[in-house]
Amino acid sequence: MANARLGRTEHIAGWTFIAPALVLLGIFMLYPILWSLWMSFQVGKGMNFSFGGFANIIRLTKDPVFIRALVNTLTFLVVQVPIMIGLALLAAVALNDPKLRFRGFFRTAIFLPCVTSLIAYSTLFKSMFATDGIVNKMLMGLWIIQEPIHWLQDPFWAKILIIIAITWRWTGYNMVFYLAALQNVDRSIYEAARIDGASGWHRFWYITVPMLKPVILFTTIISTIGTLQLFDEVNNITQGGPSDSTLTLSLYIYNLTFKFMPSFGYSATVSWVIVLLVAVLSFAQFVIARDRSK
Amino acid sequence: MTDQALPLATSRAEPRTGSFKVPHYVGRAITYLLLSLAAFVSIFPFFWMVVGATNRSVDIGIGKATFGDQLLVNATNFFTTVDAPRIFWNSAFIALVGTVLTLAISSLAGYGFEMFRSRFRERIFGLMLLLLSIPFAALMVPLFVMISQFKLVGTVAAVVLPGIASIFIIFYFRQATKAFPGELRDAARVDGLNEWQIFFYIYLPTMRSTYAAAIIIVFMANWNNYLWPLIVLNKPEQKTATLVISSLTSSYTPDFGMILFGTILATLPTLIIFFLLQRRFVEGMLGAVK
Repeated sequence: MANARLGRTEHIAGWTFIAPALVLLGIFMLYPILWSLWMSFQVGKGMNFSFGGFANIIRLTKDPVFIRALVNTLTFLVVQVPIMIGLALLAAVALNDPKLRFRGFFRTAIFLPCVTSLIAYSTLFKSMFATDGIVNKMLMGLWIIQEPIHWLQDPFWAKILIIIAITWRWTGYNMVFYLAALQNVDRSIYEAARIDGASGWHRFWYITVPMLKPVILFTTIISTIGTLQLFDEVNNITQGGPSDSTLTLSLYIYNLTFKFMPSFGYSATVSWVIVLLVAVLSFAQFVIARDRSK
Repeated sequence: MTDQALPLATSRAEPRTGSFKVPHYVGRAITYLLLSLAAFVSIFPFFWMVVGATNRSVDIGIGKATFGDQLLVNATNFFTTVDAPRIFWNSAFIALVGTVLTLAISSLAGYGFEMFRSRFRERIFGLMLLLLSIPFAALMVPLFVMISQFKLVGTVAAVVLPGIASIFIIFYFRQATKAFPGELRDAARVDGLNEWQIFFYIYLPTMRSTYAAAIIIVFMANWNNYLWPLIVLNKPEQKTATLVISSLTSSYTPDFGMILFGTILATLPTLIIFFLLQRRFVEGMLGAVK
């Protein structure tokens, strides 16, 4: 780790290795970010705009569609991310047991959903969750529900459907990170805890979770960012409906820019709401993770 | 890698679980039950996709879960409704170009950041990690305006260029490079190889697993990419499979039998790549998390 002084040729080599990426990031990331920050203070339609000060921010607070999209997005975040992280952790711990049989099969099966294309899985979910579809049929066959659920037409169930869909798709993805990290946890710690009489639940809560904390933090932040940007699923499964009940911030930005008369300034403002949310939530997650370790 | 490590784990000593004891095999049975349920839920939609492709749209709508005899009809409908060779070629071309360029540029950068550290470059790296949290939605509008000013709308370059320098992949390669043995590099230097030769002749072959995992991630992301191509590809003859099949589902009375046949075709490439590289994928992920 200790950093030997780099020679002159090495110093130049260091720049040549990273230069292509830096140039591209400058053009396709840094510049657009600054542009959109500037844009969020402009008002007007299409390419005719003028400085509007805080007009866009004031418009945000009075825009019921924006408020609804914000509440929907936060609802998805608060409900979906903890469920998914929890399931992924439990699955990883169960699959980490060397005595478990069919580990390879279970691991591949649970990971498989994230190999599917977005379009495949939206189509599948749309057809499986039709009112007369297979899912209602199964649930009724198992006597879990009496009446078919209107997954796609009912505002409440449409939200649940989106949550089920994202959880199905991404749990295995998160699980792989935990499985990889669990390889580094010394099994003798578990043996010691077992001899001391710690139950399975205690071992999970007091050994596994603290050991995996950095990875849990990483995946939580990645999932938070992903959920705050939720677009593909809602656009393909529910189109944001019924009556905007699954409209997310990203979908709203898309609508503002490419469906309605483009209002670049205002949609840039909405996108900075997402940036702000990501920044605040990531920071909060870092702080919480640090506190728990004391 | 260390799957079967520590076979010395003691013979199953019955753990003391407090006031009452749950027999060990009950917990085991519950574990298997839950894992089987998870596996069923994960796999069922794939089964449904294959079954659906053999049924009529009406039967899919009423949840028929047995194989039907409509496979040929659905296939014929699919191939007459969409220009299949064209849309799959478009998808494949974009995914291949995107994957090759992303891996090249981003792995070079990841290697560079880890191998040649300087205080200034560490600061740049920190700034990049910060940028990682900027959602794509925030970039979408300015990127689109930029791409149209470059007159690139409707080109492969427009789809691929913004994603080539992927901060996530750079970060991934930097993490993995930490496991690249320094002695190998030193030995190569003694042999008189320059920095680029070391990268191409020593680093690349050593890091095959890392590259395999990255290929899976990047290829899948490119093949499945939806929002950005939806915005920048406006001519029908350039649309990718993802875009075209997705537009079929939003018709007033979607023909699900035909669409599910299409989704099988759209899923196959990523499935094949995953199964071909699966072993290396797990190894690559292990290397990066360590």
